[in-house]
Amino acid sequence: MHELSIVASLFDILNEKAKEQKAKKITKVKLKVGMLSGVVPELLESAFEIYKKDTIASDAKLEIETTSIKAKCKKCGFEFSPEDFTIICPTCCSYQVKILSGEELLLEKMELEI
Amino acid sequence: MKKKKEYVILKELLGSNQKIANEIRKSLTEKRILAVNFMSSPGAGKTTLLERIIEKLKQEYRIAVIEGDIETEKDAERIRAKGVPVFQITTGGACHLEAKMMAKLFNQVPNNLHFLFIENVGNLVCPANYDLGEHIRCVLLSAPEGDDKPKKYPKAFITSHCLIITKSDLFPYLPFNPNKAKKEALSVNSKLKIFITSALNGEGIDDLIQYFKYHFEKIEKEGTGA
Repeated sequence: MHELSIVASLFDILNEKAKEQKAKKITKVKLKVGMLSGVVPELLESAFEIYKKDTIASDAKLEIETTSIKAKCKKCGFEFSPEDFTIICPTCCSYQVKILSGEELLLEKMELEI
Repeated sequence: MKKKKEYVILKELLGSNQKIANEIRKSLTEKRILAVNFMSSPGAGKTTLLERIIEKLKQEYRIAVIEGDIETEKDAERIRAKGVPVFQITTGGACHLEAKMMAKLFNQVPNNLHFLFIENVGNLVCPANYDLGEHIRCVLLSAPEGDDKPKKYPKAFITSHCLIITKSDLFPYLPFNPNKAKKEALSVNSKLKIFITSALNGEGIDDLIQYFKYHFEKIEKEGTGA
């Protein structure tokens, strides 16, 4: 359970931005979380609810967009969504595969009340 | 009147950890110190493997160890008994080490080392998210844990350079299939370098040490002034 540490890092960024914009409140936070990010969205939500109390984001709504894993075979160019974390090309069986998305752990947007 | 404004940020949540880790790695490379981060579930054999590695390396090389534990200094004491400096990070509940914890004790770590081994907190999930500034990340998988772990804990295997299968002396007594474990691990991360080891009978330890020496020599050449 390292989601609380991740939310702590999130608040470092949120506080900095809110201060920069002289915001009164943070009303919405949108994250992008990949299936390969190593983070569980539900736990991130619970951690956010605990952490936000008595902060500038106490009324903020958290939105999480989860992104699936997308990969491309370096040999035959086939693009696919690996199932069961098998990062092998289903067409030519090559192990030479590039992960295109699914590793993100991003703060995408925030809404401030100024 | 209240005014709401939306900002596009696009910032990595672990960006600050990454930044500190990159600084630590750069500094280690400049000092020509190879850092290795060992991750595994509790009881996979990190401390015992480290004891064997230190016994074989310490005649020729200067080594220090960073020990991450939730509580107690038990592992640190075992390593200290091998005659190398140990720096303890007691996380007090946190399930992983972070780069900022490393940065705090970094000025105590001698500058003239050859190897810095980091024993992460026993956990196959959370440590995988935190770069500590290491050059090589090793994930350990012990035979009693089963050969199906790579897909159950993909992040630990995807982010590692090296897989060390431990307790091979137990293979005859367990349904663990090393070839299946290797195949599963490679299907998650085809770049993994895999070693089969036993800290009891010594299998594979020399090969693993050769691998670390090879990377140490690479760092030695890359370091500033080289």
